[in-house]
Amino acid sequence: MTRAPILSFTDKGIYCAAGDFYVDPWYPVARALITHGHADHARPGMGTYLATDGTLPIMRHRLGDISAESIAYGQVIRIGDAQVSFHPAGHVPGSAQIRIEVGGEIWVASGDYKITDDGLSEPFEPVPCHHFITESTFGLPVFRWAEQATVAAEINTWWSACAAAGKTAFLGAYALGKAQRLLSMLDPDIGPILTHTAVENSNRVLRGQGYTLPATRHASADLIPKNHPGAIVICPPSAMGSTWARRFGPQETGFASGWMAIRGIRRRRAGDRGFVISDHADWEGLLSAIKQTGAENIYVTHGYTDIFNKYLNENGWQSRVIPTQFEGETAGAEEQA
Amino acid sequence: MKRFATLFNAIDQSTKTTVKVAALAAYFTEADDLDRLWTVALFSGRRPKRAVTTTRLREWAAEVAGVPLWLFEDSYAIVGDLAETISLILPATLSGDNRPLSQWINDLRGLADVDEAARKAFVLNAWQRLGGSERFVFNKLITGGFRMGVSQKLMTRALAQATGKSEAELAHRLMGNWHPDTHSWHSLIEAEDASADASRPYPFYLAYGLEQEPQDLGAPSDWRAEWKWDGIRGQLILREGAYFVWSRGEELMTDRFPELARAIDHLPSGTVLDGELLVWQAGADKPASFNALQPRIGRKTVPKKLLSEAPVVLHAYDLLEWQGDDIRDRPFAERRALLEMACVDLPSDAPVKLSPQLAFPDWDRLAEYRRDARDAHAEGLMLKRADSPYLAGRKKGDWWKWKLEPLTIDAVMIYAQSGSGRRANLFTDFTFAVRNGDDFVPFTKAYSGLTDAEFRQITAWVRKNTLQKFGPVRQVTPHHVFEIAFEGIQPSSRHKSGVALRFPRMKRWRKDKPLAEANTLDDLNEMLRIYG
Repeated sequence: MTRAPILSFTDKGIYCAAGDFYVDPWYPVARALITHGHADHARPGMGTYLATDGTLPIMRHRLGDISAESIAYGQVIRIGDAQVSFHPAGHVPGSAQIRIEVGGEIWVASGDYKITDDGLSEPFEPVPCHHFITESTFGLPVFRWAEQATVAAEINTWWSACAAAGKTAFLGAYALGKAQRLLSMLDPDIGPILTHTAVENSNRVLRGQGYTLPATRHASADLIPKNHPGAIVICPPSAMGSTWARRFGPQETGFASGWMAIRGIRRRRAGDRGFVISDHADWEGLLSAIKQTGAENIYVTHGYTDIFNKYLNENGWQSRVIPTQFEGETAGAEEQA
Repeated sequence: MKRFATLFNAIDQSTKTTVKVAALAAYFTEADDLDRLWTVALFSGRRPKRAVTTTRLREWAAEVAGVPLWLFEDSYAIVGDLAETISLILPATLSGDNRPLSQWINDLRGLADVDEAARKAFVLNAWQRLGGSERFVFNKLITGGFRMGVSQKLMTRALAQATGKSEAELAHRLMGNWHPDTHSWHSLIEAEDASADASRPYPFYLAYGLEQEPQDLGAPSDWRAEWKWDGIRGQLILREGAYFVWSRGEELMTDRFPELARAIDHLPSGTVLDGELLVWQAGADKPASFNALQPRIGRKTVPKKLLSEAPVVLHAYDLLEWQGDDIRDRPFAERRALLEMACVDLPSDAPVKLSPQLAFPDWDRLAEYRRDARDAHAEGLMLKRADSPYLAGRKKGDWWKWKLEPLTIDAVMIYAQSGSGRRANLFTDFTFAVRNGDDFVPFTKAYSGLTDAEFRQITAWVRKNTLQKFGPVRQVTPHHVFEIAFEGIQPSSRHKSGVALRFPRMKRWRKDKPLAEANTLDDLNEMLRIYG
């Protein structure tokens, strides 16, 4: 007799029957385990939430009054018949892979992850398992990320050139995670660092948890742009070109995302400059993460699922595609990647 | 190559024309003669011949990258550009090469004379030695498609900045038969006498579509009107006892239109005509439709049978050179008078005909002509200011095209495919169908007409509503209705629906229309009956 699988893939999301909980569910459920605080993973309306100590504050900030508990990385708890622990995913500060063990069989739902150490997020930790659920946002061999220091140099060179030309540099990035990673890559000697409200709110929460970020100044409505010559402004892409941004006068715009690796998308989306930097794993990163788990059974979700799945099956893994509610490859999602 | 790759980056990283032109001008000032000559050649479509097939390039790139060929192909379908896919998929390398652009191009051309093993060794070595954008530029050179956001117009402007010569003069110098093998930077750009080549055409003057009511153009007496013919724009050059035919795309088409040779017998040497190449059957009172011209397009040599079935004449509407003098600066009315004089003695079987002018005392009369254009096998009217000089390139003000309203039909999107280049990762290429009972019969594809925002919206929808994938093509739920505009409709045995459209494009996304209100196959056939 075959046993029901430890995790199953339902219309509401990934479900663990042994513990009667969901991982990153799409619709309201009684109990949700959350990998990280991005809006497509931490959704409103759950009965109770469980997330890492680093993720819960941002969830409370975004979701308001929720019933939730937090847990430290590596701490093992029992939920029903399942043993559950959270391990660093390296995606954004506080992000986690969730390890679920039932009767000696180990599953890992990795959420979004990257394996390079960005100096801010807790670095990705390989978790040995039998079944591994992986994203494939950038699951094509054309995606290869350069060293973070190389991209940092590109951004700082661009910012310096903008400053020298009397222009304000606007760098668009997702307000939670990517924005703070970029902040940590900037050279504060070049000029003042200003932030959009959405970014500054995330900064405040993360600083409160002890993450170190360079000094920033909130570019609120009463800030006088001409008092901050040579500034760089970190903002969500949607704020670029807005009335708020136009107050800064002459400016150049840049956009930081893994999608900027593709010239066509860069030309469509980037404004003046595109910088290739992502909080998701590149092709080699995905493969090395999968190898390090030792898992034989892989479940592929988000992004180039069909292609990545086919490659895995051709190369000795038992792999299948898991349908998802969030389409990782849509143009709208380019902002988060 | 480093300097050229830097230029490429400067152009690629900016969306501003002034920045691109400044970067090009700086390059034209600094680069050595051979490199800048080749750069001008590349940006005016004079590419080195492709020495390696793209099939081999794909195989070699997959091999070097250590991925199966299908994975390379799937990646290519998503990236949308072969040169870029290769650059991205190969392992990163640090560039350590100092060979100039012209040297690379010469080496590439040399590949034509060596065997495949040597070609492969050369390409693999280049991939290893060239990093980042240099590798991309190399791949662009070898694959032959060199489009990077620089039009010939933009390049000419940059050359004018760099050399101090006028754009019009440079545009003329860059026309026609020249090649870095036969010309130096000096002879092409700087030398005093640039008219040495008898075949050199003049830059075409191109009109914009009329944006206002013709009434707003002023007095009708200041304007001249002609049919806007639906053929191939061409320039016929008669010099030194020879004839040359150029297309608007600056392609020398002389050999494709041997019947025009007889123009030499009827018009003096030192004559250059601007006109429309049309099929005109002996004794007919109007040209055949564009459909009749189709078999003549793209044929390098013309079989006798085709020559008699589809004889071509040049319908002349402007005179650019007369008795060896460039008369483009003279007013149109004066050039037209000379043209009429030159054509007055042409026999009826001459391969050149005078395109008639349409007399109109007021704008209402002109509007009537326009309504009749389809019957005359014209696609509308051309309006030319009587005192206008013959300018170079697309310019507003003196010439306008006033085209017919396009035909339209409401169709259902049934297949979607992603675009390439700037449209990579977006679904932009669609197949449309008409209803036939419960069936959907595909009848046309269309790629243009939507805004970027609409393309993004439809892309998100396609991803969620894919029924089946056939490689890069997705069959989607028949749901969305689009108004398809087109210029003409013809019977076609190559299409399942039995029709072929001319210039189909998406005029509007009819979100207000339910599926049941899309047009039917019967509607389409009725249009074919009326307009075909």
